Amino acid sequence: MTDKIKIENVDLYYGEFQALKNVNMKIKENEITAFIGPSGCGKSTLLKSLNRMNDLIEGVKITGKMLLDDVDIYKNMDATVLRRRVGMVFQKPNPFPMSIYENVAYGPKTHGVKNKAKLDEIVEQSLRSAAMWDEVKDRLKKSALGLSGGQQQRICIARAFSVNPEVILLDEPTSALDPISTMKIEDLLIEIKKDYTIVIVTHNMQQATRISDKTAFFLHGEIVEFDETEKLFSMPKNKKTEDYITGRFG
Amino acid sequence: MQTRHSNINEIIMQAIFFLSALISVIAVLAICLFLFMRGIPAISEIGFMDFIFNEKWAPTNTPASYGILSMIVGSVYVTAGAIVIGVPIGLMCAIFLAEFCPDNVYKVVKPAVNLLAGIPSIIYGFFGMEAIVPLVRENFRGNGYSILSSAIILGIMILPTIISISESSIRAVPENYAEGSYGLGATKEETVFKVIVPAAKSGVLTSIILGIGRAVGETMAVVMVAGNSVMPLDQIGILKPIRTLTTNIVTEMSYASGLHESALISTGVVLFVFIIMLNTSLSLIKSKAQRN
Amino acid sequence: MDRSINNLQQRKVKALLLKFFVWFCGILTVGILIYILLFILLKGIPKINLVFLLGEYNSETLSAFSSIVATIQMIVLSLLISVPIGVFCAIYLAEYAKRGNKAVKVIRLAIDTLAGIPSIVYGLFGMIFFVNILGFRASVLSGICTISIMILPVIISSSEEAIKSVPDTYREGSLGIGATRLRTVFRIVLPTATPGILAGIILAIGRIVGETAALIFTSGTNVLKNPSLNLFASQRTLAIHMYMLAGEGLPHSRDMAFATGAILIIVVFLVNYATTKFAGRIGRLQ
Repeated sequence: MTDKIKIENVDLYYGEFQALKNVNMKIKENEITAFIGPSGCGKSTLLKSLNRMNDLIEGVKITGKMLLDDVDIYKNMDATVLRRRVGMVFQKPNPFPMSIYENVAYGPKTHGVKNKAKLDEIVEQSLRSAAMWDEVKDRLKKSALGLSGGQQQRICIARAFSVNPEVILLDEPTSALDPISTMKIEDLLIEIKKDYTIVIVTHNMQQATRISDKTAFFLHGEIVEFDETEKLFSMPKNKKTEDYITGRFG
Repeated sequence: MQTRHSNINEIIMQAIFFLSALISVIAVLAICLFLFMRGIPAISEIGFMDFIFNEKWAPTNTPASYGILSMIVGSVYVTAGAIVIGVPIGLMCAIFLAEFCPDNVYKVVKPAVNLLAGIPSIIYGFFGMEAIVPLVRENFRGNGYSILSSAIILGIMILPTIISISESSIRAVPENYAEGSYGLGATKEETVFKVIVPAAKSGVLTSIILGIGRAVGETMAVVMVAGNSVMPLDQIGILKPIRTLTTNIVTEMSYASGLHESALISTGVVLFVFIIMLNTSLSLIKSKAQRN
Repeated sequence: MDRSINNLQQRKVKALLLKFFVWFCGILTVGILIYILLFILLKGIPKINLVFLLGEYNSETLSAFSSIVATIQMIVLSLLISVPIGVFCAIYLAEYAKRGNKAVKVIRLAIDTLAGIPSIVYGLFGMIFFVNILGFRASVLSGICTISIMILPVIISSSEEAIKSVPDTYREGSLGIGATRLRTVFRIVLPTATPGILAGIILAIGRIVGETAALIFTSGTNVLKNPSLNLFASQRTLAIHMYMLAGEGLPHSRDMAFATGAILIIVVFLVNYATTKFAGRIGRLQ
């Protein structure tokens, strides 16, 4: 399996504060990679750099290289193109105040799909991929805001699918949801990883062990350890990792 | 230590506060009462259908005719024109202020909008008479006193209303909607126009309705640029003079008496009722938005 | 792939056009303001002279002196009536009213209604009630009564906002040491809310100065040779003076209409500046 994403010598500053220190990582295709660590350790910051969402924040400076399929995403790629290829699901479900259909059709419409039949097809396909089609197929024209939190998050996942990305980034996607919705989403991720590269930030170590192939442990903006999930959790190489996963701090 | 003395004081003052608040209610009731008292009898004497739907306004003829249809149509045209001119510019300016404007430019444009809001109607009217009317006269047919000139001046007058209320609503849209849009690869402009502004539509609609209210009720600015001739319906034209409900009152009141005077007051009643209906639809929209 | 590059270019072009349009409208709005202000000020200020401001009115001077005095009289006396009523009403709404209380809903509805009534309708009401029924005739007094009702909503809403933005911690501190509600209101809340209330008063002054339609049939269009404090005299205010001059059609009247306009604009500037200063103070309080 190839390296889908390569992160080389990346430093990130919010103004004076350094949030990421000399980060190096290779993320493989068709795997689920988890970022874990205490609050403020930089895991979400790194995630948001992968689709250049940090560009929207004033005063952010990034040095180093981030490559998608060996192309520099900051220097040699347009942000709107990047974000089509690298999708994101946010911590708090954020469907637009529009119908379910319009939510899922927004992405393809933006990127030029005008044909109604094609849009209908994409919407159905995306909702099926998010395991939502049967639940909402009879109320596509109703507002997405009328759904429960777990359903809204899966609409956001369907929305992420709608532009046919290669990578999907998830920033603590189930932290605001109930256990059953959480389980549905975890099952979904395991099922789709054969077609996508998935990076998930999570506060929940059990979630990381349940679904991820590789895990990276972050502390104070640095990667302390990055290994296959099983190895990291059963035989951590670094004492700080061991302290974290056994709950001695964080 | 609450003594009986301060207790009584407290009760008295509370009553005074409450009564002060009631004065607004009394004022509204009084306005309704006295307007209707003078206006309704006149309408029934003239005949409701004849008053509202007759285009002939000729109070000094024998027999006199008191139909205000031409003025109603005049108000509609002039207000519609104001909306056509004021809403696009106002909304775009609001979007500019809320989403595109750098801080140092904001410090110039925002106070400018507030200043526009404070300019008295008479200044707008005089400006209209001295600057806009000649402009229309030179570039189009007619003498410049027209629906077009009125629409331009009213359009400018409602800009602050449209801009400030729309700007607040756009700013109030939650940031995570924009995040979701950017995450899908949309540009800033696409995000603003396809997600943020639509999410603010009830606020924008509110601003438009308030703008309509202002335009319909405006007298002085219009009377100085509209020409004030009563136009038969088949002769109304955008470059021709027009008389609105408001200008009808101010043009003839000084020499009117008897039924004529009452008919003018009835024109005021029609205006009043229309404004009440407008405010009511506004409250309905607001409560519907709140329920969502 | 080619199609998607084309599509991206199209989107970028659209985005640029929208951005330009949006900027254009922002600048256009400022441009309109500057045009209006300069148009009146440049033609009006040169025409302002001492005789116009302080002299006796006749067809040569077209002096605004008596109108200015009438306007000031109107401002002072209308405020004297509306400010106490408005502030007390605001105190009731902000400090004593229970949420959802039916009376409160009715009162708020009344205030909103008053705020939306066009000035010409106020003028008609004033004419019917104060001029005719109460028998005040066309007079400064009728004008004052009409204006007082008209500015009530402005006073009430800005006072209520100012009172509401006084932090609850101040109130708790006062009630906590055993002071009564009343004492808290008058000793703590009102003094703190004063800048905001003043902002509302200044806003109301701006409205009174610019008002014409409500006064034409109540205080009238008559102009006295010399200023008078007689409440029962019919007198035109400054804004109506401008309206009358504009309607006379003579070149000299037209010039002096510009002059009157310039004075009005300067007053509006001052009002606006003063309001932002005071409103800024409440902002900092929050």
